[in-house]
Amino acid sequence: MFNYYMALAVLSLKRNVVLTVLMIAAVGVGIGASMTMLTVFRAMAEDPIPNKSHELFAVQIDNWGPRKSFSSNGDNLSEQVSYTDAMALMSIRAAKRQSAMYATGAALTPEDPERRPFRVHARATYADFFPMFSVRFRFGASWTAAEEAERSEVLVISRELNDKVFAGANSVGKTLNLDGHPFRVVGVMEHWEPIPKFYDLNDMYGKSEEIFVPFGRAIENQMPSWGNTNCHDDIGAPGWDGHLRSECVWVQFWAELPTAAEAEHYRSVLNNYAADQQRSGRFHWPPNTRVRDVREWLTYQHVVSNEARILVLVSFSFLLVCLLNAMGLMLAKIMGRAGDIGIRRALGANRRAIFSQCLIEAGVVGLAGGCLGLALTALGLVGLRSLLSESVSRLTHLSISDVAIALILSIVATTLAGLYPTWRAAQVQPVWQLKAQ
Amino acid sequence: MEFRPILSAMRRNKVGAILISLQMAITLAILCNGIFIIVQRVALSKRPTGADESNIFVIPNQWVGSPPDLVARLRGDLTALRGLPGVIDAYATNSTLLSNGGSSEGVNLKPDQKEASAQTALYFADEHALNALGLKLVSGRNFNADEVTDKMGYTDHGPAGVVIITRALAEKLFPGKTALGQSIYVQPADHAMQVVGVVERMQVPWVGSWSAKFNDNSILEPFRYADTYAYYVVRSQPNQLAGVLKAAEKKLYEVGHDRVLEKIKSLTEARAEVYQDDRGLAVILGVVCTALVAVMAFGIVGLTSYWVAQRRRQIGIRRALGATRSAILHYFQTENCLIAASGAALGIGLAVCLNLWMVSTFEMERLHLSYPISGAFVMLLLGQASVLWPAMKAASVPPALATRAS
Repeated sequence: MFNYYMALAVLSLKRNVVLTVLMIAAVGVGIGASMTMLTVFRAMAEDPIPNKSHELFAVQIDNWGPRKSFSSNGDNLSEQVSYTDAMALMSIRAAKRQSAMYATGAALTPEDPERRPFRVHARATYADFFPMFSVRFRFGASWTAAEEAERSEVLVISRELNDKVFAGANSVGKTLNLDGHPFRVVGVMEHWEPIPKFYDLNDMYGKSEEIFVPFGRAIENQMPSWGNTNCHDDIGAPGWDGHLRSECVWVQFWAELPTAAEAEHYRSVLNNYAADQQRSGRFHWPPNTRVRDVREWLTYQHVVSNEARILVLVSFSFLLVCLLNAMGLMLAKIMGRAGDIGIRRALGANRRAIFSQCLIEAGVVGLAGGCLGLALTALGLVGLRSLLSESVSRLTHLSISDVAIALILSIVATTLAGLYPTWRAAQVQPVWQLKAQ
Repeated sequence: MEFRPILSAMRRNKVGAILISLQMAITLAILCNGIFIIVQRVALSKRPTGADESNIFVIPNQWVGSPPDLVARLRGDLTALRGLPGVIDAYATNSTLLSNGGSSEGVNLKPDQKEASAQTALYFADEHALNALGLKLVSGRNFNADEVTDKMGYTDHGPAGVVIITRALAEKLFPGKTALGQSIYVQPADHAMQVVGVVERMQVPWVGSWSAKFNDNSILEPFRYADTYAYYVVRSQPNQLAGVLKAAEKKLYEVGHDRVLEKIKSLTEARAEVYQDDRGLAVILGVVCTALVAVMAFGIVGLTSYWVAQRRRQIGIRRALGATRSAILHYFQTENCLIAASGAALGIGLAVCLNLWMVSTFEMERLHLSYPISGAFVMLLLGQASVLWPAMKAASVPPALATRAS
């Protein structure tokens, strides 16, 4: 029966080409616009580290007190912590894994004197960073605990930098000259680029760092923060040591807490730490600390931009107009065929048969519209890439699930839009139609 | 024109009319808000910086390592840049226009003030900065060479004695008074800085929404920024930028090759880059709005054509009974006008609601009422344009059709 109705649907669609083309075009354009925006929106809202996002927690400690307010979030907490608090938490080591980190950079001088020094973006961090964020290694591994304790001049480099400097060869043991310091390569990462860059949202859609150096070594080399530094009105004493001792916040802190119990325990550890700071006179306010897992963190930091929300809203309203349009056309088409339907009813077809036949016709329009919509989505994404900045362009990739969503959305929406015209078709009275002929 | 027959015909086909009316309403709501956003984004991306943008380029200079003779090197670089043919002036700073990166502080009028009087951007500048940027001094004076000190990176907190501020900041801090000679407090909070000059305008380095409220509040502090990573701002003679930019890069490498010079760009390029996503959003909305109007118009053409085809016999009968061609034409035009008017009325309400919701959710601005009202007229005209062809087809139905069997 289904095949027969399919054949009937195609036949009927062929009979009035103009209306059919208009319907499919309307559905296709609507799907194309809404899927283009939805793809970007989904990429923005995507979980950057799906298998571990509920085990990784960003740590916040209020070291400024209630007299200062962070206008952006309204909860008096900064997104970053001070160097003092970061070091204290690293020495408490209450989580399975934990790492303080900050964005920095250096000038890398190639061995070949003919080649000019170039800029590399770096992250000062701890060895826990790599297993904590499931970073895989192409060659070598992270630095050891001993190297970390000794603040050795070692580093882990990205696959991309390894390709650039060592032509993709195993570079473990080789040396890189960073700002005059010889750093020994201990590991080369596989391509790793979480989007958004959840562990440091100051540069939300930025590329991952090219080099990773031990935190202690970076501090000792006085590698400046290339990220955000927020001091409010307490900039501390002048000089690097003064900056480290100040209440400026510029360090990100992440902890891996696999179970709810561990997270609960860590919360109390943080509160105890803040209470200690209050007792010692550093904080003049009760403990105000917070841990948030990756998803909570992304919501808290408003990762999905208002622009993306507006575009999704606009494009889905557009789809609604397209569907209303297709619905009107379907209605016209079905009412124009009232005669045929009357004859079929007179020959014994029941209402249900007419209903399913017309609904399948709507589904066929939806499928064709969906295919057209997919092509338009691909085109739309190419358009977006040429329009938007490089960092946002990284969000414009069509995944298999996007394709599925487009087709299902198109068929379901068009069929829904077809419900009323179909119901009207099923109401056709055979006798009237035959009389009118 | 008689409305009654139209209305009674519409009643028999009300769903079709409602569908067109709804489409027009939603189209109107989106069109108004879409164009409103486009206009705002374009206005944002055209905000002036106050500088002679088309002749300025910025060199981010990063030394390899931390040379002990940073101050001498900086002076050497600046002397070399200023000596280049085609260069009007140059200076070194912590932050540049249209870069989205810099330093911001609250400004106080008294030491130990609880709530800051204004938010501002802090730019480091020497006595060459005004000339290198082409800023217009509206009152007071430029820095004297002996007021400018060396600032050794961002952990150097040496305070400034005098400052130059923008007119917007001056008016915010000292409304109705002259700012010259007044004291302001930034960092450290108890250190007074005296205002010696006011420039007409200098935009903050950020262009996003968070700095929109203090877009033109800037302070120039008399510091030469001697850091391993600093920005050299160079102003060339008119129409010589490209050549001077190449020469400057070459010259700097000659003066010292142990440095990184990447991403040298003109302020014109910086503007295009920093507003790229705003412009992108405007273009996307433009395309969606155009497509929306097209879909709606084709929908009206399609549906009305179908109605005409359905009613060919009735039209023939009307013609046979004496209706003129123009009566038929007007019938469909009036019908569309009624539908469009109801859609536009609904659309105005929808547009305002959508905007109010966006105001509360996305901190957008309120829609000016002229948008939905002119949008309503556009809808009426669009409806008329789309109905013209089917209506003309209807008018050309011959009266003889009535006598034929269908």
